[in-house]
Formats: sequence, structure tokens, C-alpha cells
Amino acid sequence: MHEEIIISGFGGQGALFAGQLLAYAGMEEGKHVTWIPSYGPEMRGGTAHCTVVISDDPVGSPLVRHPSAVIALNLPSLDKYEGLVKPRGLLIYNSSLIQRPVYRTDLRVIPVPANDISVEETARVSENGMGDARLANVVTLGTLVQATGIVRLETVEAALRAHLPQRHLRWLEPNLAALRRGALVVAERVVAY
Amino acid sequence: MAKELWKGNEAMAEAALRAGVEAYFGYPITPQTELLEYMAREMPKRGRVFLQAESELGAINMLYGAACGGVRCMSSSSSPGISLMTEGLSYIAGTEVPVVLVDIMRGGPGLGNIQPSQGDYFQMTKSLGHGDANALVFAPSSVQEAVDMVYNAFDLAEKYRCVVVILGDGMIGQMMEPVEMPPERPPLTEEQRPDWALRGAKGRPPRILTSLNLTAEGLERANQRIQARLAEIRKNEVRWEEEMTADADLLLVAFGTVGRICKSALRLARQAGYRVGLFRPITVWPFPEQRLHELAGQVRGILVVEMNAGQMLLDVKAAVAGRAPVRFYGRLGGVVPLPDEIAEQVASLAASLPGDGYRPARNGHQGVAPVVASAAVKA
Repeated sequence: MHEEIIISGFGGQGALFAGQLLAYAGMEEGKHVTWIPSYGPEMRGGTAHCTVVISDDPVGSPLVRHPSAVIALNLPSLDKYEGLVKPRGLLIYNSSLIQRPVYRTDLRVIPVPANDISVEETARVSENGMGDARLANVVTLGTLVQATGIVRLETVEAALRAHLPQRHLRWLEPNLAALRRGALVVAERVVAY
Repeated sequence: MAKELWKGNEAMAEAALRAGVEAYFGYPITPQTELLEYMAREMPKRGRVFLQAESELGAINMLYGAACGGVRCMSSSSSPGISLMTEGLSYIAGTEVPVVLVDIMRGGPGLGNIQPSQGDYFQMTKSLGHGDANALVFAPSSVQEAVDMVYNAFDLAEKYRCVVVILGDGMIGQMMEPVEMPPERPPLTEEQRPDWALRGAKGRPPRILTSLNLTAEGLERANQRIQARLAEIRKNEVRWEEEMTADADLLLVAFGTVGRICKSALRLARQAGYRVGLFRPITVWPFPEQRLHELAGQVRGILVVEMNAGQMLLDVKAAVAGRAPVRFYGRLGGVVPLPDEIAEQVASLAASLPGDGYRPARNGHQGVAPVVASAAVKA
């Protein structure tokens, strides 16, 4: 098993944190893992991405040209990575924010209304009943894990419990719910190549 | 102990804490800043000294002072900051006091950018500062290796009274990998302080630490003493890693993060049928020249890959001494070479070799036409 995943979105959408959760989960399951962020001036306002490699073997390059799976949380990310996914790879995109169709026909494509799901799950616990889109990253991570089986969903849940920053602890349950909702997307959809 | 996921910069800081570092001086610069930030947070908690200087010039001279006091001390920076420190490093080397320095290299020259680079190789291995200053220089290719190097660096610096440099790049600083942290060691006790340290001269004759030596003969003796220690380092501390060299007739040579990327390239090239091996210097000063010289007699060609315009290349050529053709592939300005392009260079090297119609060992692959990226440099 050797998976190379890029998670990409606007700075603030949590692409890097979603990647860290995945790396933690991989490590907990005894895999070799690397996580490397884009870092630099592009992180404020522009897109930020990270590359996660999870493998049965020691990881050579932590950077990849053609990832086996991509999560695109916004349109610039889809524009950037659609053409780079390996043939027959997985492309998950945030259909709440991305309206255009995917052009590649040789990929497994899963649109996920990640912002909408996040709004629903956060609204349940917010004081004023208003939700927000901050869990879109975790929603799509749930989809990725369910669709690929790279790690078990429970391991990601454990990683969330262990690594969600203390100040966000009241968001733990919505995060867990968002993760499961993202996983359900895979079951609910007829996904075709 | 269980493995934890650590970011390179923070992992190196924690390793230094566990090695008993007592004082850290620095100035923030990307892509190294998390190391300094970690120290800012953790050093005061343990009652140790963290001081952000007004500049790298200030930091290196504070480090100089702390080292003269015989305390375990370190600094870290990235390429432009290291340039500012080189005067102080030469003074430290001339005064024969131990310090540990982490250089997380970024693209240059000048202000350059903040992406990974290996452009400081010459500066760290050949020109630490003016005079015959030299450091023991380690080049980590994983976060675990960086941790182990930092952890052991203080003992080595004290043993040889020299500067020990951990020469990483933005990639090793920024990436996260599982790490097993070494055990916590207590800082040195007063009895463990070196016998040359300036600790106050009450009740004993004063000690003098200086790099100033106005007589030629006196300075020559000091230099000979320094050179004798460097010779010991050459004898005792040379380290390298080899992968699949046993049957190799082609050899990749790369250090640091490019060394690990070459492991992926090696797999690709092996799948394509090329009998390629990897030689990765772990110390880049002293350079593992003897083993490379031996390997050069076994292979048909050598490919050196670096994120610079060909710096370690000169050390490779000196070690190979004409026993095999040496080619170079370099990316500049913070561009990281990826496994597929390195594998193409291996194929290109193989195709260029003279003699008995070299063909890869398996599946009749004829080699790929030479592909030289626009930013690539050919030696």
C-alpha cells in the first residue's frame, strides 16, 4: 500500500489540519507517513495545500507530482490538481463551492457538499442556531477515508479526539459527526468511473 | 517509547532540550522559525535561557559568549541569517569553543525565497568563516535523523571543541514524520563543565579564551591544534548511507532531503531495469570520500543530484578521482527535484555511457532521451 494524497483549499479551510489527521491515523495504524505543507506567502488568502504519503514501506519523496488522491476544497484547487491526479485516481471536490463539472473521465470523482454538511452539523450545537463551513475539511476527509480505506474511520476519530486543539474542544462532537457524514456520502452515491 | 508525529523544526528543538541545551539565541527567519518559537515557549519553562537577539549578528555573538562560559548552547537560522553569522562562527572556531548550529537552507542567493535549497553547502563545509575555520556538518534526510543528530551534536561539539552544524533545508524543517524522541538528559552540572570554561576565577588563576594571537608562531600553533582536532573528526566521525550498492553499476549521490527523494527515484529506475544504487553522505564535512572512491571503481557512471548549481559535486569528483564519469543534475531557486525526473536522468546517464552497448538488466528498456529541465545545470 502506497498512497499519495494532496489536500488543497483556501487558507483557513483546514486543508493542512485534515492532512495531519490523516497522517496521525496512518501512523497509529503502523504505516510509514509523511506530511508536508505548502508554506509561504500563498498561505494567506490564496490556496494552501499539503501532501500526505502513507505507505507500507519507508517513504522516499514526501513530494509527489501525480497524487493518487486529491481533495479540492475550492475551485482554484480543482483547477490546479484535476490534471495531476494519477489515471484512475480519486478526486474529491467540495461541490458547495465548485459548480463546474470535472473534465477528466479517467478518475473516480466524488462531489461532496462539504460546506452544506458542515453548516448543518455546526448549527446543531451553536448558540444561535447558525452553522458555518469550518468543518468542510473533516467532511471531505471522511469521504476520502471511506472511499479508499487507507485507514479506518475509527482511527481518524481517535486522531480527532487526541489532536483537536483544546480551545476547539466544544467542536469535537460536530467534527466526529462531520467525519461520519462525509463517509456516508460514499455509500449514498452511485460512484462511477 | 511510542512514536509521535513531529514537524522537523519543532522536533529538532525538542531534541536539543532533551540533550540538555541551556541557552538558545536566535532571530526568526523562515523556514526555520518554528524551531525558535518552540524554544521561546519551552526554554523558560525549564528554567533555561531563550533570547531573541536584535539580529543574527547579535545572536551569534551571544552564542560565542555562552559557549565561552562552558554551557550547552545553540542557535538556528536559515541561509541569509547564516551569512550574517559567519564572522562570529569564525571567531568561535578560532576560540575553540563548542556550539551547535542548525541551518535550514532556503533559496538564494540574496534574499532569495523561502523554499528548500542546498545552496549553503559550500558555505557550511568550505567557508564557515574566514581563516581555516571548519565545522562538523551533518545533513539529515528525515525528521528522526535530524532529531538524533541534534541530540548527539552537543557531545561532539564539546569533545572536539568545534562548531557542529545540522545542515537541513526547508523541506526537513517543515515536514512532519513519526519520531521516537530520545530520553531527557539533565543539563551539565558545575563539575561537568569543561576545564577551559570561563566561570569566574575566584581562587584560581584566570583562564583566557580568545581568537586573537598576534605572533605568527603562536597563531600557527593554535591552528595546528585546531587542525589536529579536525583530523580526529575525519578519522572518527565520517558517516554515510548506502542503498542497493552491492550489485549497482550506476550510482546516485545525494545528501539531505534530495538523498531521500533519490530513494524513490532509485525504486523507479530499478523497476525500469537499471542497476542503480544510492550513496548518501550523512556527514558532508568530513565527506565520506574513501568509501565513495571504492564504489567509483565498481560502477560505470555516477549521477550527483543537488538543489544547487553543483557544490557537493566537487567533493564527489575529488573522491571519484576519474574512476568513473560523473554527471550532475541540479534544481535551483527552491525547486525540489522529483523522483521521476531523477529516474529520467539515470536513464539518460546510462544511455550516454560508452563501451559495450549498456542495456538495463530487465525488460529491454532502452533508456529515456535526456531530459534536462530548463532550470537544470549540467556539469
